[in-house]
Parts: sequence; C-alpha cells; structure tokens
Amino acid sequence: MSTASMNMIQALNSALDVKMSEDPTVVSYGEDAGYFGGVFRVTDHLQKKHGLNRSFDAPISESGIVGTAIGMAAYGLRPVVEIQFADYIYPAYDQIVSEAAKMRYRSGGQFTTPMVVRSPYGGGIFGGQTHSQSPESLFTHIAGLKVVIPSNPYDAKGLLTAAIEDDDPVIFFEPKRLYNGPFDGWHEKPVSPWKAQELAQVPTGKYIEPIGKARVMKEGSDVTILAYGTMVWVALAGAEHAGVDAEVIDLRTLVPLDIETIEASVKKTGRCVIVHEAPKTSGFGAELSALVQERCFYHLEAPVARVTGWDTPYPHAFEWEYFPGPQRVADALKAVMSGGR
Amino acid sequence: MKNTPTLSLRVPEPSGRPGDTPDFSHLKLDAPGAVDRPDVATAPAEMRDHAFRLIRVLDDEGRAVGPWDPKLDPDTLRRGLKAMILTRAFDDRMHRAHRQGKTSFYMKCTGEEAIAVAQGMILSREDMGFPTYRQQGLLISRGYPLASMMNQIYSNAEDPIKGRQLPIMYSAKDYGFFTISGNLGTQYVQAVGWAMASAIRGDDKIAAAWIGDGSTAESDFHSALTFAAVYRAPVILNIVNNQWAISSFQGIAGGLETTFASKAVGYGLPALRVDGNDFLAVWAATQWAEERARTNQGATIIELFTYRGAPHSTSDDPSRYRPGDEHEKWPLGDPIARVKQHLIAIGEWSDDQQEAAEKEAVEQVRAAARESEAIGTLGQSRPSVKTMFEEVFATEDWRLVEQRREVGV
Ligand SMILES: Cc1ncc(C[n+]2csc(CCOP(=O)(O)OP(=O)(O)O)c2C)c(N)n1
Repeated sequence: MSTASMNMIQALNSALDVKMSEDPTVVSYGEDAGYFGGVFRVTDHLQKKHGLNRSFDAPISESGIVGTAIGMAAYGLRPVVEIQFADYIYPAYDQIVSEAAKMRYRSGGQFTTPMVVRSPYGGGIFGGQTHSQSPESLFTHIAGLKVVIPSNPYDAKGLLTAAIEDDDPVIFFEPKRLYNGPFDGWHEKPVSPWKAQELAQVPTGKYIEPIGKARVMKEGSDVTILAYGTMVWVALAGAEHAGVDAEVIDLRTLVPLDIETIEASVKKTGRCVIVHEAPKTSGFGAELSALVQERCFYHLEAPVARVTGWDTPYPHAFEWEYFPGPQRVADALKAVMSGGR
Repeated sequence: MKNTPTLSLRVPEPSGRPGDTPDFSHLKLDAPGAVDRPDVATAPAEMRDHAFRLIRVLDDEGRAVGPWDPKLDPDTLRRGLKAMILTRAFDDRMHRAHRQGKTSFYMKCTGEEAIAVAQGMILSREDMGFPTYRQQGLLISRGYPLASMMNQIYSNAEDPIKGRQLPIMYSAKDYGFFTISGNLGTQYVQAVGWAMASAIRGDDKIAAAWIGDGSTAESDFHSALTFAAVYRAPVILNIVNNQWAISSFQGIAGGLETTFASKAVGYGLPALRVDGNDFLAVWAATQWAEERARTNQGATIIELFTYRGAPHSTSDDPSRYRPGDEHEKWPLGDPIARVKQHLIAIGEWSDDQQEAAEKEAVEQVRAAARESEAIGTLGQSRPSVKTMFEEVFATEDWRLVEQRREVGV
C-alpha cells in the first residue's frame, strides 16, 4: 500500500475519508465540523467529497450531538461525532454514560450504539482551563465504553478506523499537543514536525490497528513506563534524560486494556512508573497502579510511582509547572531505581 | 437601603391542595370542533394559534364533531377501545401484583390510555417509538405478548432483557419500541437522531418520542427541538401534559407561563395542542403530524392535555399533595368512557358489550399472569447470573471474564 507523510490531523482525516468512502452508513458531524472542516481541520474536505448529508455542522449542543448520534447508531448508522474540545464533553456526559454506554446491556442486546465520540484533548497548547483537560478517567470508570487515545499519526488512523468499525461506543481522545508534531516535553526546545518521525509514514488506504493492544515504543530492562497520548513522548524524553534503560509502553487503549503486555513488562523489569497529564487523584494511573500491584507484587523491586498533573484546575500561566515534563519523569525513574528492596 | 420594594420570589402553586375542592376554572378549553384544521403543508408561522388552542372532537353527547373528526370506522374504534380497556386491566393487575410483593415497582397510565393506544395504532412497527414509562399502551395496542411484559416486570427467567432493568422499562425492537431509559428526557433527542438517520439514508420510516410535562424542563428537550427544526427531522415529538410530575404540578415546569405546545413556536416548529382524553382528537392530530413527517416536511410538536389519575408510581401517595377527588372532576372526562359513549351513540356498541369486553380483558390479563407467574415473580426466578456479565460489550473483555469467575459462574 502506498504511504504518505502525515501529521495526526491528516491521518485522522484520512481515516474518516477512507471509512466514509467505503461505508455509506458512516456519518460525521459536530460544531464547525462540516463546511469548515473543524477548528483543527480533522474533518476537512469531507463535506465536499461525501455530501452535506454525511458531513455537517451541528448546533452548539453537545448533548444534542451525542444524543442524535445515539439515535442514528440505533437506527443502523455509524456516526462519528466531534466534540470541539474535550472540556465541552460534560454537557454530553449523561448521553454518553447513561445512554450510549448502556444501550446494548439494558435492551438485552436488541439495540446497540456503534458510534465514536472524537475529541481533541489534553494540554500543552496554552489553552487555559477550558481547552486543556484530560477527562479520560471519567469514561474508563463507565461500564460499556471503550476509551482510545493515540500518540502518533500511524496509530491515530489505524485506531480511528477500528473505532468506527467497533460495535460498541468508543470515546476517542486526540491529544491536541500531538496534532502537528510529537512533543518531548522540553517546551523551550524547538519541536520537530511529524515528517521527521517514522510513525508519520501512514498508508493512504485502509488499515486497522486493533483496539486493546498496547505498543512497546522502546524496549528496556530497568523499569516499565506506562503512558498514553502526549505523555508517551515525554516518557521517552524522560528516560533518555535519566539515562535509564526504560521499557516505554504506549497503552493506546485504556479500555479494553492490554493487561498482558503491561504484566509481562513489569514482571521483566520489576519497576513501574506511570505518566499521565490528568490530575493524580482517581486518575487512570490509580487504576494502573492497583493492577500492577495486584498482578506483579512479588516481582516489584520498588513501589509503583505516578507522575501526573496536579489536583488543581488547569492553570493558564503555569502550564509547564502543571504539565508533567521529562525532568519529573526522570526524577521518578531515579527514585524508583534507587528505591530497591 | 433604597426606598424601593424588596424583591420576592414567586413559587407557583397549583389551584388545589389536599382538602381543597378541585378547581379547574383557570383552564381554557375550546369547545369540541372549534379549532380549525390547517393543511399539513401550512408554515408553522401561520398556525401559531394552534399551540394555544385545544383540539377536541368528541362532544359531551359522544358525537364526533368538527374539522378534526378522523372519521374512523367502527372496527377501528372498537379495536382502540378494547386496547385501552386491556391496558387499564393490565395496569390494575400489575399494581396489585406490586402490593402482593410480586414486583418491586409499577407505574400505571390511568387516564392517559388514549394517547399510547391511538398513536401505537397509527404508527407502523417499522417506525421507532421512543416512549417514556407511561406508554405501555403502545405495546398493548400492537399485540405484544402480555406475559412477556410481565416477565420483564417480574425480572424472571424469561425476562426479555434479562433482569437488567427496573420493571416497566420494556425494550421491543420488533414492535417499534425503543429501550426505555430511567434518565428523563434523554430519549427525546435520540428519537430526533433516529429520524435524521432515516432521512440521511433516504428511508421512509419516521420516529416518535414522548416526554412528560415535567421533563420538558430538561435541556435535552430543547436540544431535541433545535435539531428537529434545523435538520427538518421526520419525527413526532409528543409532550404528555398529565398535570403532575410526581408531586410537582405542571406550573413548576413553566406551564403557567405558556402552554407546553407553544415551546415549539420559538423553534419554528408546528404545534398542535390536543385533548389527550379524546381518542379521536389524539388520532387526528397524530395523523396530521405523521403525514407531515412522511412527506418530508419535518417535525411536529403535539401537546397531549390529560390528567394522571393514578399515583405517579407505586412509591407515590398523591393524597399528600393534591385534592383527593381531582381526577374524577377532570373536566375532559375519562378516555375509555368517552369512546364507549361515542360507539354507543353511533349504534356500534352497548353497555353489555362493554361489560363483556372488560371481563374479557381481565381474563386475558389473568391468563398472561398465570403463564408469567408460573415462571416466577421477583426473587422466585431470575435469569442466570452469568448473564449479568454479558452484553456490556459486544465481546466480553478480560476484566469481565475474571469478575464473572470470581462470582463463580
Ligand atoms: C434525569 C432525571 N431526573 C429525575 C428523575 C426522577 N423522576 C422520575 S419520574 C419524575 C417525574 C416526571 O414527570 P413528567 O415528566 O411530568 O412525567 P410523568 O411521570 O408525569 O408521566 C422524576 C422527577 C429521573 N428519572 N430522571
């Protein structure tokens, strides 16, 4: 298959375009997502190519966007809706949590909601409190939802394609900070574009990256770092900075979780550091930490460590103090390495 | 302090509380036949008046009068009457079953039977209804097995939805009946989405949704109207104004400021306001909205003006918040009595036939109850615990497999 160099926006756009070309039941809509192609341009050109009926602008009503998508999915379509920023998903929370997530179960399998709720998420772009949040753990806690977060263009396209084909509702968070290029957390250094990365070579046609499989970004023997989204790149930089031979795992899917890869890696390395940008308390790191403790306790050489955002609202002027960077990852790695039994 | 009056809050109160004489003098009821019937192609702006009037067909003598008379043949009327009688008999039996400890919960639709029965008869099974818990008449009018409804109410081994939902939260795709949510209002907007999907696919099916007067205050109600208007979705949006939302009268949801139908006006949608206890008026208005939707002219709001005669649910005691005899004094009568009177007036029915039909309905319900209770009532019988872990996802993930094993199934 021919490939092209794509950034994450282009890769996601390509996933939508390919699926909409292949399957007439796929529709895509959201605020500014039709004519203009979305404020981040992920749905660019779709309306022109696939028509007004399949790619359109929606009213500023997140519960309306998700609620109508549920009805469409129950009818037999595969809607992919965009919530302009993950911070605005809360008005749709009831529709996602009480309705989409529960439909198959509560109807005894009579009604299903194959749909994707896409949303740019996370910080690192100076978006302030209402354009920076990472609400993934509010969804991983909910029975019936799958939660997917890619960290690079290749996975973004393959995973979005899988999400569209999935028969369950999928929450698909797109790290805004990675839309245009990877980010290693050294915010004062210039950031390289995706073009320079192997994972930006994206097939132009259809392919799938399965939901529920982690990707080992870097093999290592000293410590396992569990991360997803933007933090995968911060973790890689942090490991290099600390000079530690870390195994860096990009979870890619939080639900269902690739527990086998996690377990095998922690049993091999005996140490585990978890990195996410969402606040610490009840964040997904708490779940990961508990799972590692439950399954790998006798292999652990040190307590599991978490590097996360703080338990504050997302601050505008203190972004780099809030956002976990390579230095904090390196500090955690060193602490874990010295904290042997 | 400034020399101006102090501000004060108005908290709306109903016209009567326990011990008071019911007072309906504030209701503005159009006479039967008084409201004109616009062409279905009429622009919403030209029929705003209909959002404030009340469409009625049956007069006090049981005659069908005026432009909204749907001119139903006697067979259809009798079928409707029998389905309403059956719905009431079913409600009575299940309410008693709750009192006998056979189920944890039940909700009757006493006084509102004409709504779901008429609308269930008009819409096709291929259309999709997004009902609330008070539209059991949709299933009953379509011949859904009563015993299956009871199996759901008892959460027994044959419960079609495997003991997962509160009693009465039916789900029957083949009968055009969407799975009921306990979260009020959420399904209104889903119905609009379903209708949009039908339009996107160039299909010919329409959707219908129901919401209570109280729940129109939910934001999803307003999202639904926005989407329905913007995309001209083929959907019928029913508002069942039964005067009460548990103990709160309809004024608390804004019903004193304007009619519920008139909410449509601000969205540019056509609205009809109908006597919900008048089977013929409900029929005619629904047919109007159906034709509008099917001919690609978009959504219609129908306010069905009725009264919830029974308690809100088996957990409710209405004598604590409203005059005890308010229901009997409801000026628009009882929907079953009115169709009966009409059929007798046109020489197509008799008191004896009514009595026989009521007996037959009770017998039908009793037979279904025997069948269902033989399987078991709540606590006596239930689906396999294994099913608790199934259908969370299309395929079970490792967490659910592990947790299922922990339970030992
Ligand atoms: C979102 C939500 N809030 C509150 C409730 C609790 N509740 C159940 S029924 C009800 C009253 C509904 O009144 P109305 O919409 O008028 O319908 P009716 O019961 O009169 O048919 C309430 C408050 C609920 N089920 N869902």
